[in-house]
Order: sequence, then structure tokens, then C-alpha cells
Amino acid sequence: MAAPEPLPIVRLRHWGRWVAAAIIIALLVLLGVALGNAQIAWDQVPDFVFYKVMATGLLNTVVLAVLSQAVAIVLGIVIALLRRSANPVARWFAAGYIWIFRGLPVLLQILLWYNLALVFPVIDIPFLVHEQTNVLISAFTAAFLGLALNESAYMAEIVRAGLNSVDSGQTEAAKSIGMTPAATLRRVVLPQAMRVIIPPTGNDFINMLKGTSMASVIGVTELIHAANNISSNNLLVMETLLAAAVWYMVVVTVAGVGQHYLERAFGQADRGPLARAGKALRGVPLVRSARV
Amino acid sequence: MSEPLLRAVGVRKSYGHTEVLGGIDLEVRKGQVVCLLGPSGAGKSTFLRCINHLETIDAGQIWVDGEPIGFRQRGGKLYELREREVARQRRDIGMVFQRFNLFAHRTALENVVEGPIRVLGVKPDEARRQGLELLDRVGLAHRADSYPAQLSGGQQQRVAIARSLAMKPKLMLFDEPTSALDPELVGEVLEVMSTLAGEGMTMVVVTHEMSFAAEAADEVVFLADGAVVETGPPSEVLSAPKHDRTRQFLARILA
Repeated sequence: MAAPEPLPIVRLRHWGRWVAAAIIIALLVLLGVALGNAQIAWDQVPDFVFYKVMATGLLNTVVLAVLSQAVAIVLGIVIALLRRSANPVARWFAAGYIWIFRGLPVLLQILLWYNLALVFPVIDIPFLVHEQTNVLISAFTAAFLGLALNESAYMAEIVRAGLNSVDSGQTEAAKSIGMTPAATLRRVVLPQAMRVIIPPTGNDFINMLKGTSMASVIGVTELIHAANNISSNNLLVMETLLAAAVWYMVVVTVAGVGQHYLERAFGQADRGPLARAGKALRGVPLVRSARV
Repeated sequence: MSEPLLRAVGVRKSYGHTEVLGGIDLEVRKGQVVCLLGPSGAGKSTFLRCINHLETIDAGQIWVDGEPIGFRQRGGKLYELREREVARQRRDIGMVFQRFNLFAHRTALENVVEGPIRVLGVKPDEARRQGLELLDRVGLAHRADSYPAQLSGGQQQRVAIARSLAMKPKLMLFDEPTSALDPELVGEVLEVMSTLAGEGMTMVVVTHEMSFAAEAADEVVFLADGAVVETGPPSEVLSAPKHDRTRQFLARILA
């Protein structure tokens, strides 16, 4: 008997996808038309983006975010180690630290630091500091303290999760070849914990970049405050805010790209077949954090 | 007769109210291979981990090459050593784990040279040369730049053995080194261990591989419920056990 003629295959038609795409595009067109007709002086926005005060705002935003995040990472590691300590008092202290600095809103913390002079007019640490609180804690310093300490509580939890993710056999192997606890942490545990620590830290840093906007409340000239500065003269509130928005998108995008490369560098910690498959996927657009 | 390389006297260890080791005595002379056998839960692995102080003992004492492990004897008391001081003692005691525990973020060669460079202060070039030699000895010089995840279980365990040997230990501890391996990979690891035994390395091996115990061991120690039941050369303990517990265990494992 002759083999039957192979029948042609008709692929499933995804009508729903076409309808959904049409609706989305229609809505976007409507939005574009609405924005085009809106009473916004679009031509002014690019000018505001490059105003001198915006440059100051940008600088303060970036410096405040980087400084706060850096100090938060160091403090976070210390608190995470205390949290894992064999000493119960150290553990309680770390838990309490996280409870308070994670529990209070950042804005409230910034305001508390900013108004510290009301309760402690003078800061006097024998042989170290003797200064008026108002002089010592500027608006910038208050914002830095609020942001860094709040973030350090989050970092402590991130670092702790990272340290816990490393198998205890790694520590035992390090001990068995005579490595000290400090060397074990630095050479064996932390490098492997990095794979777990870096992605959420990158997320937190992007949050931090935007969180600096809260410093505008106490008069630090970051991006929002800079925008308000301009609009208080020309009343073009939306236009100046959009100019600030442009800069936020720029710094957040740069940070996102940086995170991508950091993750790739530390992802090499485990170059197994699965990890390599994950790396191959990373070249594909839109498959951003293909992690294994 | 000369002082034994490993001496354990009355070693006791409890977890909470459960006694895991109820007073273990053991002597291992230099160059001897001793296999610890026994049912799971007998305390074999716990005892092995006490020898390099990964577990702290509750009573008794352990000496390696005449040095009390984990404690300092002074005025009739044993003072627990600091972790840094224990780390110093562990340099001379190699350990091979059931789950290999290679440093996952380092290549085979980097695993092997980590101890010599960071702990012993060997020059990196010299350590690399010695490391490649060791990898060659376990038949893996060609995988020096592979990461653990790229190696089979048997290969990982051979790298782990090379990593221990790189410290030039006086004593090697093996904690069920082939239990996590696929059956066809057990042979390559046992082969390396047999060669090592033949070269005169002092070894204490927790294992379920009766053929290895029969061929390579100078002495077999049968443990049950945290106590030594029977000790002797493998020809006696394995073929003509004196105790019922040993007989039952062997009947079950050889069945």
C-alpha cells in the first residue's frame, strides 16, 4: 500500500492577540493625541533639562544616592554578620536595628535627623567632636543619614539571605584546609553569596536614586528641588518636572545597565552548563535577567 | 613502640540529650589505613569530624602527632582553643567530604592552590606547579581550568582529594567519599585512595565499600550506637566477626 499523501498543516490563528494588539495601539495613539493637544510648552522642556540648577540637582541626586548606598552596603554587611553571630546580644541588637530603621518611613527618618538640633543642640563626644548640631548636620547630611541608615537595614537582610544561600559544606571545606574564619568569609562565602546579593542590591540602588527626591522636603537641591526652583520663577510646573523626569530616566537606565554587567561578572561564580545556558539567553532582547 | 599518629581516648559527644559517641578509643599509627564501618547513626562520621574539630567533643581527648586537638592542656584542665588556633591545627589534617564541597566559584586548580597560597604562604607560581602535579596524580591535569559544576562527581571528588593533599597533611580523613557517587564513578575515586594508601599516607576512612576495606585497610573498626564493637585486621573482622552486631551488619550489607 502506498504511503498516504502528507496533509497540509494549518497553524492555530491567534485572533485574540491581534485584537489585543489593536486595542493597545489605539489607546497609545489616543494618549499621544491627548498629550499633543495638552497645554504643555513642549519646546521649553529641553531647555530646562540643561539649566544650570538642574546640573546641580543631578549632581546632588547622584552623589547622595551613591554615598548612601555605599555606606548602607558596609553597614548592612556588619549588621548581617551580627545577626548571624553566636552572641545572642549581638543578634538581638541586629534584629532591633533592622526593626527600627526598616520600620520607620524614610521621610520621617530624614526629618528626625534634620531636626536633631531641637533635642540635642550640641553634639559632644569627648576628644572627638564638640559642635553645634545645626552646623554638623546640614540638610544634605540629614538626608544622607536618613537614606543610608534606612537602606542599611534592607541591605542587612539582603546580605544575610546571600550568606545563608551558601552551603555550609563550603565553610567546612575551607576550615578543613586550615582557613581562618575571616579568610573563609572573604575568600569562600562572600564571593559565592554575591550572586544572590547583587540583583536585589541593584534594585535597591535604583530605588535609592529615586528616594533622594525626599531630600527636597528639607531643601537639598536635588532634581525635584531644582525643578521647583525653576518653576517658582516661570510657573511652568509640568515642563520643569518633566525635565527632572528626563534625568531620573537617564540615571536609572545607566544604573540598570551597570547592574546587568555586575550580575554577569559575579554570575560566573558557577560556570556549570545551566549557568552557561542562562548566559546564552542574556543576549536575547527582553530576556533581561535570565538567571539560573 | 612509637607514639601513634592519631590517638583518641574516651571521646564523647551528645546533641542535646542524644548521645552520639559514648566513649571512643582509637589508635592509628603512621602509615596505617583504618576503615570505620557500621550502620548509619553509629557515629562514624561524627567521630571523624571530631578528629579535626569540626565537631567539639564533650569529653575525652584526641591527639594528632602528639598535639591535643581543639584544646590546650594547662594545670589539669583542657582549655578550648580559639577558631584561629584550631585552623592552624587543621593544616596537618586533610578531609574529604561525602558531598565533595569543592569551592564552586573556583576552577579545579584554584581549588587546589587556595590552601597552599592563602594558608601556607606558598608563592603562587610554585603552588600552581605543585597543584598541577597533584591534579596529574589524580588523573585530572587536563581539567585544571574546569569549574566544579563542569566535572562529574568522581572527578570532583578526585580534585577534592588533591586539594587536601596540597596541604601536605600528616593524616587524611575520608567521610564516606564515594556515597554520593553514581556506581560507575566509585572505582576511580577508590583507585586514587588505594594508590594513596600504598604510598604510605595515614588514612581514616568512613566507608560502606567493603571491597576497599578488605583490600586497603590495615585495620577495620566496627562501630554501633556510638561505641567500638570490634577492631581488627579486615581478614578477621570482615570474614570471621566475633560479635553478633558485626555479623548482622555484614550480612545485611553483603546481601
